[in-house]
Amino acid sequence: MSARKTSRSKPNNGDKYSVLLPTYNERENLPLIVWLLVKYFDESGYKYEIIVIDDGSPDGTLKVAEQLQKIYGEDKILLRPRASKLGLGTAYIHGMKHASGNFIFIMDADLSHHTHHVFPLLRKQKEGDYDLVSGTRYRGNGGVYGWDLRRKLISRGANFLTQVLLRPGASDLTGSFRLYKKKVLECLVERCVSKGYVFQMEMIVRARQLNYTVGEVPITFVDRVYGESKLGGNEIVSFVKGLLMLFVTT
Amino acid sequence: MTKLMEWLFGISVVLAAWVLVAFDPLDLSVPHTYREVAWPMPLYLLVSFGCYSLATVGYRVATFNDCQEAARELQGQIKAAKEDLRSKGLKMCN
Repeated sequence: MSARKTSRSKPNNGDKYSVLLPTYNERENLPLIVWLLVKYFDESGYKYEIIVIDDGSPDGTLKVAEQLQKIYGEDKILLRPRASKLGLGTAYIHGMKHASGNFIFIMDADLSHHTHHVFPLLRKQKEGDYDLVSGTRYRGNGGVYGWDLRRKLISRGANFLTQVLLRPGASDLTGSFRLYKKKVLECLVERCVSKGYVFQMEMIVRARQLNYTVGEVPITFVDRVYGESKLGGNEIVSFVKGLLMLFVTT
Repeated sequence: MTKLMEWLFGISVVLAAWVLVAFDPLDLSVPHTYREVAWPMPLYLLVSFGCYSLATVGYRVATFNDCQEAARELQGQIKAAKEDLRSKGLKMCN
């Protein structure tokens, strides 16, 4: 009993976790994801901060973020807005400049990633001192919600093709729920030039190339509750282009 | 070595071995039966790899978890979050 109690008490090591939330028109979702993050982190006792990088959303995401900052405090919610949409990689660089944590969580701000997976990722990282831990929809209890057969087929097909061509040593390449050591993320993000789905894939492929250790944890992916999820011909074409680029260059 | 190079290297090794056995250009006097078995091999390999791919992708699509439970849990938490945030004075609409 006492052992259990200790494990639940405040973890008093020096680790701090910075959660990067790049947003674009996430007025509905942002308060909810922040609420969930605060709830779980406060319960766990780990030190954390949430960095919102809003790319000039016309829907007023930033105003909502400012309200959240008032509610939860400026030490918990940091706002790093940018004037316009400038891509994911630069958003991470921009957000990281002011991150005080030695670990960085990246996740989508659209609620598709459930916040309670933060702790399995965190534990996995501690278990093997991994440089990066990636959430995977393709293993164990991992999975998706709200995908039709077509979407599943494209996802599995693309994943299989990538596994065959690149042998990346990770099962979910396009997933965007990951935990990085800050130094590792800084190093990787500088090397990655792709956009969209390919960006996350490039991050993990380059991580392998640089001999970083990668851990994996099954996660569930609940497709956008608010707003639209997109997977059209354009996304598929740019994915294939990105895959070939990585095939030739890594 | 890039992945492309690895692939090209692998393919050329297999191809060279195949040419060696199937056509015997170096006059190693490979038995006739070996040569007969060897020459349609690339086609067999291709077909079986295709079958393997289809079966794997099909199996993975069929066993892709549908996370009903996670979606339900999330809906419940969204409700709780909205109520709590409203009580803390957050205005969702401007």
